Amino acid sequence: MESIIERINQGKFWHFHGGIHPPEQKTKTSSKPIKQLSLPKRLVLPLQQHIGRQGDLLVKVGDKILKGQALTQSSNPMAVPVHAPTSGTISAIKKSVIAHPSGLSELCLFIDVDGEDTWKKREICQDFTKLSHQQIIKKIADAGIAGMGGAGFPTHIKVNTKPEINFLIINAAECEPYITADDLLMCEQSTAIVDGIKILDQLLNPAFILIAIEDNKPQAIKALQQATINHDKIKVCVLPTKYPTGGEKQLIKILTGKEVNSGTLPVNSGIVVQNVATCFAISDAVINDIPLIRRVITLTGNALSRPQNVWALLGTQVSYLLEQAGFVSEVSETTPTLNSSQPSPPVIMGGPLMGFSILNEQVPIVKTSNCILAPSKVEMPSAFDNNSNEVECIRCGQCADVCPSQLLPQELQWSAKAKDHQQLMQLNLFDCIDCGACAYVCPSQIPLVQYYRVAKAEIRQQQQLDIKAEKAKARFEARKLRLEQEKLARQEKHQKAAAARKATMNKKSSDGGTANSAVAAALARVKAKKSAENNGTELLATSSDKPKDNEQAANSPVKAAIARAKAKRLAKEKNTETSVTSNEMQDDNQQTEKSQVKAAIARAKAKRLAKEKNTESSVTSNEVQDDNQQTEKLQVKAAIARAKAKRLAKEKNTETSVISNEVQDDNQQTEKLQVKAAIARAKAKRLAKKQTPETSVTSDQEQIQTPPVANDETHDNIVDDKKIRIAAAIAKAKAKKVQKQQSSTVTNTLSKKSIQEKNNESIINTTTAAEEKKARIAAAVAKAKAKHRKMDEVQEASTTNSKEST
Amino acid sequence: MNILIAILVLGVIAALFGALLGYASVRFHVEGDPIVEQLDALLPQTQCGQCGYPGCKPYAEAVANGEAINKCAPGGEDTIKKIADLLGVDVQPIDENHEQDDTSQSNRPKVAFIIEEDCIGCTKCIQACPVDAILGAAKQMHTILIDECTGCDLCVAPCPVDCIEMRPTPDTIQNWQWDLNKIAVKQVD
Repeated sequence: MESIIERINQGKFWHFHGGIHPPEQKTKTSSKPIKQLSLPKRLVLPLQQHIGRQGDLLVKVGDKILKGQALTQSSNPMAVPVHAPTSGTISAIKKSVIAHPSGLSELCLFIDVDGEDTWKKREICQDFTKLSHQQIIKKIADAGIAGMGGAGFPTHIKVNTKPEINFLIINAAECEPYITADDLLMCEQSTAIVDGIKILDQLLNPAFILIAIEDNKPQAIKALQQATINHDKIKVCVLPTKYPTGGEKQLIKILTGKEVNSGTLPVNSGIVVQNVATCFAISDAVINDIPLIRRVITLTGNALSRPQNVWALLGTQVSYLLEQAGFVSEVSETTPTLNSSQPSPPVIMGGPLMGFSILNEQVPIVKTSNCILAPSKVEMPSAFDNNSNEVECIRCGQCADVCPSQLLPQELQWSAKAKDHQQLMQLNLFDCIDCGACAYVCPSQIPLVQYYRVAKAEIRQQQQLDIKAEKAKARFEARKLRLEQEKLARQEKHQKAAAARKATMNKKSSDGGTANSAVAAALARVKAKKSAENNGTELLATSSDKPKDNEQAANSPVKAAIARAKAKRLAKEKNTETSVTSNEMQDDNQQTEKSQVKAAIARAKAKRLAKEKNTESSVTSNEVQDDNQQTEKLQVKAAIARAKAKRLAKEKNTETSVISNEVQDDNQQTEKLQVKAAIARAKAKRLAKKQTPETSVTSDQEQIQTPPVANDETHDNIVDDKKIRIAAAIAKAKAKKVQKQQSSTVTNTLSKKSIQEKNNESIINTTTAAEEKKARIAAAVAKAKAKHRKMDEVQEASTTNSKEST
Repeated sequence: MNILIAILVLGVIAALFGALLGYASVRFHVEGDPIVEQLDALLPQTQCGQCGYPGCKPYAEAVANGEAINKCAPGGEDTIKKIADLLGVDVQPIDENHEQDDTSQSNRPKVAFIIEEDCIGCTKCIQACPVDAILGAAKQMHTILIDECTGCDLCVAPCPVDCIEMRPTPDTIQNWQWDLNKIAVKQVD
């Protein structure tokens, strides 16, 4: 290390391989001071201006922002925030063309500048030496500083290193033609730069600090030497001018003689390289609390009437800068824009060797932009010529002579043309620094760097695809495994279920009675629950007792009948609660058999009518009916009942309709339901015709009874349930009408009304929901059908085609 | 006597080499077929089944057992060339039954896209996806995990309402490719 310093002190340096000496063209701008531009009307700030990730937005459209305010933030260490370059309003957050050779759009903040340039509150640090390591790094990170030399690597990561640093190299070489931004910055801000260097010194504590500067910047050298005169640690190294001295690895080689191995970082050799503009930004950030919101940019080229270095706010659009520098476009005057995507006069962002032509002048300046080059046609004719003048490689080998990375450009070129990625990797394509020296010297005008850039992008993409394929493979295999496991689990489950079934079968054979009764009890429970749901208003205690009874009695209709009888007795005792009791009757019937539900409804109505008339005959007939239910020979008893009913009817003409209803009920309980119901109906009708005052009631009941009869034939539970409910609701409504006509038992009417309303509502709800669903299913079915038809058509077409061809 | 010695010597040598070979076959025993693994690594792993096999690995196995090498449509000519190199057979043009349908269109990779307002939540596409890149449940809207989708096309056919389509992946800075419109670097003085 001592020998290195000795050599540097003697002014002796190493040499890197190759390099070129293109015309410098720096005098156009180097003699003029850095100009302060007036504020542009609008700024476009890309969220990502560096290598790494973009931060999360902190502002929204319409927000007022102050100069220096952070606009994004992120916890990701590779993310660097962006700051408001001046005060104003966020007018839009949308995708816009950015400074990238692709001309692709990325998310940008659009700021309407208010012209007041109001700063946020700043905390100026008087003495940075008192700040701790972490404080400084936090300040650098918060200021959004990314390497300003070109790559834009986040600075706070680069300076936050663990290993011991021997050399801190400040890169002030600025070797590319035309660019004088760093040169002017050093002339004008040398003290600030030296402050920045001291901050880095405090952070990294290197053994030596070397400022590398090319000998074509005498004024900058003088300024730096004056500023560092009191610092023994800092040495200004004046290097011979050669392109690309400013390359990181080339600079290390020149100053220390060390080669940085392929694929390793300089920091592993104890060397950190920082750009001189970054040093200035660091000093601004740490001392003055000014985040990175502006930079020096060289506006040059013969197409500009006033080429000069300017302080440009980040986000300033190139068109504004060109306008400020007096852009004279030669081509647009003669030939109006041929195609809109490419501006007719070429504008290059970056230097002539490493820059790229921008496709749109609306692109903004970002943290890494250092030059806008607008060449004239004489100056750079190939920029105006879209057709390549490339001819065959003549194997002169000049490219290999100038390559600073000691690669074999022509071999790389052949492999790149053949897309032989493996060979390219063997030739160390990724050590190429895109300096463009090979293309510059090529007598065949082969755009070598372009081939390498394409090849690099392709290889990167291939690597990504490989990763993706690997992931897909893993996912596919994981899925296969999962399906296998699910299959096994299913089989196991089925086997278990089968075993369980077998076991119960065996048990059943040993004592079948209990199992049977258990199943029956379960069925009874289910029915009880259903009936409870159907009827929300069970008032009597007997009703709660009933399910229990049913559970105990299981499937014995006998006990149910007894329960019914009990219920009826209660009904007799309390005349006012009759309707409620009739509801319970319904419950009982539903619990036993569905067909009986309708019968119960009918019965309930009949009873109500009977009660209204306050005659005992109906009660006796009810008892008769109950007796009938209790016996199994229903048909016989039904006949008896009919006979009795007829007798009663004859005795009391006013009650005939009621009795006929009861007869119907009995009939429904029998198996030949339809026939008997029809007979009963016919009878009832006949009787009804005889009795004019009650015609309406009987006809109503007929209507009610018809749907349940039909329902008995279909055993689809859900549909039945719904229909039963609807029928019940209709029946209730009608019963109520009758009641109103006869104006009796007001309280019951009220309670029923509520029930009816509820039922009606539920029916309406279910129907509307069902309709909607149906409509959607129908739509889906229609689509599916259309698809099928289409496929059929296609198939037909293909078959006809094949037929035609044959 | 000489004959006996000769027989003895040869016998001993034979026994020696026999033992050596026997040991080697145990010591350097290879599980599975390495050629299948190598072939599988060459295939694009879209798991699309366009070759007629349920995934890339089964096709690799089939190729190792003498199946035609030109059935991988997503891999295209490149993959055929690599397989031919590996197996030492002639490069064949891609089987016309297994050609991509839309060779005329750009060769941008495509991923499936579910038109969500049309999705009825039938889960048929989920069952069809070989890499579990579709998210959803019965009667819930489904969606594609773009990063996991291999663009195999298998989910498009089962959809009863045709709400899945293949869309090219968007151009971003990350996957953008240079075209050879060269940047002028030539200096004329």
